[in-house]
Amino acid sequence: MTRTLRLDGVDRSFGDRQVLRNVSFEVSAGRMTGFVGANGAGKTTTMRIILGVLAPDAGEVTWGGTTLTRQDRRSFGYMPEERGLYPKMTTREQVTYLGRLHGLDAAAARRSTDALLDRVGLGERGDDLLETLSLGNQQRAQIAAALVHDPEVLVLDEPFSGLDPLAVETVVAVLRERASAGAPVLFSSHQLDVVERLCDDLVIIGDGVIRAAGSRQQLRDSYTVPRFELVVEHDAGWVRDHPGVTVVELDGARVVFDLPAGTDEQPVLRAALARGPVRAFRPVSPSLTEIFREVTQ
Amino acid sequence: MNVTQATRLIAEREIRVKLRDRTFLFGTLFFLLIAAAGTILPPLFSGGPSTVAATESLAAPLRAAGLEVRVVPDDRAAEQSVRDDDVDAAVVTGPAVLAMDDAPDDVVKALSTQPTVRLLDPDAVDPVVAFLVPFVFAFVFFITSQTFGVQIAQSVIEEKQTRIVEILVAAVPVRALLAGKVVAGAILAFAQIALIAVVAVIGLQIGDSGGLLSLLAPAIGWFVPFFLIGFVLLAAMWAAAGALANRQEDIAAVSTPVQFAVMLPFFAVIFLNDNATAMRVLSYLPFSSPTAMPLRLFTGDAAGWEPIVSLVVLVLAAGAFLLAGARVYEGSLLRTNGRTSLRTAWRERETIG
Repeated sequence: MTRTLRLDGVDRSFGDRQVLRNVSFEVSAGRMTGFVGANGAGKTTTMRIILGVLAPDAGEVTWGGTTLTRQDRRSFGYMPEERGLYPKMTTREQVTYLGRLHGLDAAAARRSTDALLDRVGLGERGDDLLETLSLGNQQRAQIAAALVHDPEVLVLDEPFSGLDPLAVETVVAVLRERASAGAPVLFSSHQLDVVERLCDDLVIIGDGVIRAAGSRQQLRDSYTVPRFELVVEHDAGWVRDHPGVTVVELDGARVVFDLPAGTDEQPVLRAALARGPVRAFRPVSPSLTEIFREVTQ
Repeated sequence: MNVTQATRLIAEREIRVKLRDRTFLFGTLFFLLIAAAGTILPPLFSGGPSTVAATESLAAPLRAAGLEVRVVPDDRAAEQSVRDDDVDAAVVTGPAVLAMDDAPDDVVKALSTQPTVRLLDPDAVDPVVAFLVPFVFAFVFFITSQTFGVQIAQSVIEEKQTRIVEILVAAVPVRALLAGKVVAGAILAFAQIALIAVVAVIGLQIGDSGGLLSLLAPAIGWFVPFFLIGFVLLAAMWAAAGALANRQEDIAAVSTPVQFAVMLPFFAVIFLNDNATAMRVLSYLPFSSPTAMPLRLFTGDAAGWEPIVSLVVLVLAAGAFLLAGARVYEGSLLRTNGRTSLRTAWRERETIG
């Protein structure tokens, strides 16, 4: 079960508006892939195309090298951005029902539902009507609904929006479990800090075009101008006048600065030591937010 | 899992949810009470021979006719009994029949000699029954298709409004989703009607109107297939209408054409049921044939081959409406931003697997 999910040259328009242009990326087995982009960048459309809810105008989605079929997709787990289950059914009943629609037999669907509801902390409320649950608990039910058939691929559109911190931890743990069991996991999120913490790989989309894709570290390396933080004993204002330095941030004894690519940073450190004690000197990795800003501009 | 299995799972859910719905259960109970009351009570009210006040000299033929006779001393006392409402009628010297406001047929009959009657058109039905039966058929089809049609539309909208439809569409073919709803609606509607029919038949027997039952039997027999197929036709329209809406509040606006398709045939059959030409036309038109054709069979106006032809027309129409309904349904199911126009839904459906 180490199949890779691939999108290859996917185009899609709605009327005259082209929302996806030649979208290609991979979701590797056993890895959590974060999918980020501004509102309207094409995340939801991409995910709907993976799930077969929308058809691409061109291009294709393959899994393990072969074009996806409806049968394949039935083994996928999907959590749409706009949430909802049947308000007048109990959680247990509808999670079981969705399990059966995904091809489980009655007994297997019941077993899996019971286990999952316990796992997401809904065991006790499983027989309440969905509409009587709190929003947070409805979100947990939604997660259970996406996972009930033990999906081989997970596609989750904004799985963390609206979750309380406790529920976020539960969901993160469940997703990691699935990933380490070998499933490709693709999730989108607006919360870049959450994505940064969770994802192994990252896909950035802007205006329907893939702007960057790769492992988190790879992206960091390739979008990094050499940036350093220096903390000295007294005022660090002199760094401004050091050759080649561009100061990003100066705050008394602390300074963050960029150097032109390929420049040795040690002369700056030596200059600092010559002036007095150095409390800290380290390279600064850009945050996902900064990379995101850079590639989508 | 194939389309049939998916359809079955979906239909099962629809039925299970409906059977727990109090409004539905009370509605059914209400219809059953009406059916029981409508068949048992009228014979009871009109039933029982009239009570007649008469002097002993006039009593003999009345007793012979099985009437309950109260013997009074004279004509004056007889008249007073009627005025006091002690009896239904009085027979006084003449003989003349006295009653308050309604001529008592059984008393008149007891005193008359009747000519032999030879009916030249023996199928002719009692005019009261001839008025009521079309009404009942049309009413049953109208109410049931309306009730269950609205429910299909509501169930479609619920799935759109809660957005669960996206999960469903990712798991099962859209056609299975539509088919499951239509099948569930048809089963529920049919079960409800069957239940009402059973109660009505028992009621007719209790109320001793068994003769009417044998007259009605062939019409009811034909009503069943006409009803089922007619229902499928309307259900396809209701499902498509539901898919065009986005919130339960929109349902009235999107379903107006469907309402007309149910309402116009209903009134046409009610008002034109003694116009043979109109009924012949109505009995072939897909929307009115489910009520009009069984009626023409009931009144004996239709030849044996006619219901078969009409049923074939209805089946073809239902097939066409199912296909068109499915297309509109597919074209609008995932459009969750406000109401979808019929045109957009028709032209821009997704080619999803």
